[in-house]
Amino acid sequence: MTVIQIILIAVAVFGFVAAVSRFRRRSIGFRQLTLWTLLWAAVASVVTRPETASEAARLLGVGRGADVVVYLSIAALFYLQFRLFARVEDQERQITELARELALKDLKE
Amino acid sequence: MEKRVIVIPAYNEEKTIGEAVRGALHVADRVLVVDDGSSDRTSEIAAAAGATVVRHAVNRGLGGALGTGIEGALRLGADAIVTMDADGQHRAEAAKAAFDRLTEGDVDFVIGSRMLEGKGNMPARRRLAQFLGNALTYVLFRRWVTDSQSGLRGMTRAAAERIRLRSSRMEVSSEFVKEIVDKRLRLAEIPIEAVYTDYSLSKGQNFAVGVQTALKLILRRFLD
Repeated sequence: MTVIQIILIAVAVFGFVAAVSRFRRRSIGFRQLTLWTLLWAAVASVVTRPETASEAARLLGVGRGADVVVYLSIAALFYLQFRLFARVEDQERQITELARELALKDLKE
Repeated sequence: MEKRVIVIPAYNEEKTIGEAVRGALHVADRVLVVDDGSSDRTSEIAAAAGATVVRHAVNRGLGGALGTGIEGALRLGADAIVTMDADGQHRAEAAKAAFDRLTEGDVDFVIGSRMLEGKGNMPARRRLAQFLGNALTYVLFRRWVTDSQSGLRGMTRAAAERIRLRSSRMEVSSEFVKEIVDKRLRLAEIPIEAVYTDYSLSKGQNFAVGVQTALKLILRRFLD
C-alpha cells in the first residue's frame, strides 16, 4: 500500500466516523448519513482498488479512471456549492425578517 | 384627509438625518426612520428631530430597511407612502410632489426621476452608472424607467400591501420595478431635483457595489 492510499483511507475513515457521530448527536438525519456513508465507501473502494475507477470509467464511456473521479468530484462540489448558496440566501432573508419583526414590535398607530 | 407617511432608511447618517427629517415633516403627517443598525447617533438625532424611529438590531442593507419601513408605515395606518434618502439629496418638495401625484388617483406608484425634463444635474460618472442600471433593469424586467435607481418613490397603501421585497441590499431599487411589472401597478415618473453634495456622492454606490448588485439581480432572475 502506498502512502497516498494510507492517507486517503484515513481521511475516509475519519469522515465516516464523523458522520456517524453527528448522526448519533442527531445533528444530521438518516438520509444524510446514508449519503455520506456511500460517498466515503466509494472513496475507500477506489483508493484500495484503483481498478474500480477504471471499470466505472469504461461503464460511463470516459477515458481513464482518474478522470471519472475528477469529473464526479467537480459535479458534486458544484452541487454542494449551489446548496450552500441557496441556504445562505435563505438565512439572510430569515435574519432580515427577524430584524424587521423586532424593530416593528413596539410600533403603534 | 389621507395619512401621508415618509419612510427614510438610514445607516450611519447622523450628519444629515436631522435635516432630512425636519424637511420631511413639513410635507407628511408622520416620518418613519428605519435605523439599519447604525453605530452612530442616527436614531437619537432622528427621534429628536421628530421622527418615529425603528431600529434593526443588525445591519440588513437598503432593501431590508425599506421593507421594514413600508411594513411599518402600513402599521401606522398610512394611506400613501413615500421613501426618501437620508443623505440629504432629496428635497421635501420632491416628496410632496410624489404624494400629490398619488392623490390624483390614476397611478399606484411614483418614481422620482432625476433625469426628466433636463433637470438631470447628475455628475457624468453617476449618469453612466445610472444608464447601466436602467438598461439592466429593462433587460431583466422589460420596463424602461429613466431613473431605476432613484431612492424617491411613492406608493398608495394598496400598492404597498401588494409589493413583496425579497432583496436585502441595493438591488432592491430594480426589484421595485420588477414588482411594478409583475403586479401590473400603474407607474408614473415625476421629475425631481437631486442635491449633490460631496457628502451624498460619497455615500452612494461605488463601482464594486454596482457590479455586485448587477450580478445578484441576474442570478435572482434566473434562479427564481
